[in-house]
Amino acid sequence: MARRRIGGMSHRIVIVGGGTGGTLTANRLHRVYGDEAEIVVVDRDDRHVYQPGLLFVPFGLEQPEGIVRSRREQLHSGIEFRLAEVDRVETATSAVHLRDGSTLPYDALVIASGASLLYEETEGLRGPGWGEKVFSFYSVEDAVALRDALRSFERGRLVVNLVDMPIKCPVAPLEFCFLADWFLRERGVRSEVEITYATPLDAAFTKPVAASHLGGMFDQKEIALETEFATGRVDGEAGRLLSWDEREIPFDLLVTIPLHGGAPFVADSPGLGDELGFVPVDIHTLQSKAAANVFAIGDAASLPTSKAGSSTHFEGETLTANIQRFLAGEELEGSYDGHVNCFIESGFHKALLIDFNYEVEPLPGRYPEPHVGPLPLLRESRLNHLGKLAFQPLYWHMLLPGRDIPGVGAQMSTSGKHLTPSGRGDNE
Amino acid sequence: MTTVTYAGTPVEVDPEGFLSQTDQWNEQIAAEIAAEAGIAELNDRHWLVINFMRSAYLENGAAPSIRTLGKASGVPIKELYDLFPKGPAKLAAKIAGIPKPRGCI
Repeated sequence: MARRRIGGMSHRIVIVGGGTGGTLTANRLHRVYGDEAEIVVVDRDDRHVYQPGLLFVPFGLEQPEGIVRSRREQLHSGIEFRLAEVDRVETATSAVHLRDGSTLPYDALVIASGASLLYEETEGLRGPGWGEKVFSFYSVEDAVALRDALRSFERGRLVVNLVDMPIKCPVAPLEFCFLADWFLRERGVRSEVEITYATPLDAAFTKPVAASHLGGMFDQKEIALETEFATGRVDGEAGRLLSWDEREIPFDLLVTIPLHGGAPFVADSPGLGDELGFVPVDIHTLQSKAAANVFAIGDAASLPTSKAGSSTHFEGETLTANIQRFLAGEELEGSYDGHVNCFIESGFHKALLIDFNYEVEPLPGRYPEPHVGPLPLLRESRLNHLGKLAFQPLYWHMLLPGRDIPGVGAQMSTSGKHLTPSGRGDNE
Repeated sequence: MTTVTYAGTPVEVDPEGFLSQTDQWNEQIAAEIAAEAGIAELNDRHWLVINFMRSAYLENGAAPSIRTLGKASGVPIKELYDLFPKGPAKLAAKIAGIPKPRGCI
């Protein structure tokens, strides 16, 4: 990546959102420009949550205070952190309007405001029964409430419901099911609990190679599947989950993954977002379709790949290069390939690892070094579980400061992967 | 991949019958896939959804979810179930010649 400085000229770059994407972009850009660009990060609070940790909180495997740090402290000195709520973006005048009435003009804008949880889009979800029988784990508070409920849950029907895609960390609902199975077995009450996963998709594993390798996991773990279940309504009082085609799933404890959308200000910004408030961008350059000087990264962007920390990390490299190119009047590079990798906790101190992009579905093989690994792809192993645990320090100390993780390339590699479903040559 | 013939045109389909190449699609093919799925005739409301599905896929590279359809296609979710019984997002995608809605794995 070429690093260039423009002598004497100062750029003003505004980044909305101090989460994964906003923080790593600010730090990468600050390293490139030094004092030659004014970088402002706006967020409405100063709590940066390590979101992968939320999955572990309900099972007592992670303490809530262990996964929250100051947003401001993750930013290199020289970057301004502005605690404020964004009202709207006016792309026509290149200005971010804040709720306090002030305005931030920009030469380049990065929308990194993540995803919001749209509970109100599902009738009854936050009605009677919320916090008693109906829970979620997508915020620290919700994850803690669910932990307290699970502690005393000894018999009955546990239903995990994905309302609809897209969601952040699309494997989290599967992981929740697997960890719940483990947690209840450890406590000796598994035989008293029915676990059901209700998904709008037509299978738990929808990609052919993953389905052929992992399709049996739900049966093995005795987790029932309810597919093509489009959630219409929740009756928390009676403990009933209802679909649009009038199916009904009874529950004693419902764990919901609500509909996701973009940050509320996106909808109030003329032409910026789609119907859910995500920001449409060129899928390879990350430039928004609304204006040439507006970019989006991470969960906020409408990209046909997973909303996850790893995709955001890989997008960061492309985004930083393209902001430099844009500000220098050069053509953008279309280098983001949709690359994501995710650990999938499967319980009993094991995890799976998947690696894929826009074109290539998750395949078996080894990661990050082809043939060597050490991590096996698309297969359960203890090493993958350790990899997942080891990731948190890497997140705070490598990923957020905007460093590349050694051996982990932004572009996906097919080297050493088994390109056909039958290619299970992995005989370790 | 298997090849099947719709409206006199050979097209490639995946094991579930979804077109492998979106650009092989045309309206006659859509009508035949619909008929196979039990929809005897595609009306204006069907076409509204089918055309929305195609343009959303060609724009974003992903099939719209049922919620997106309900919010943006102009057809409410309840009616989607009347038009495309059982699984509207999946069936409408199949008729529209685009891949089914998927997760990441």
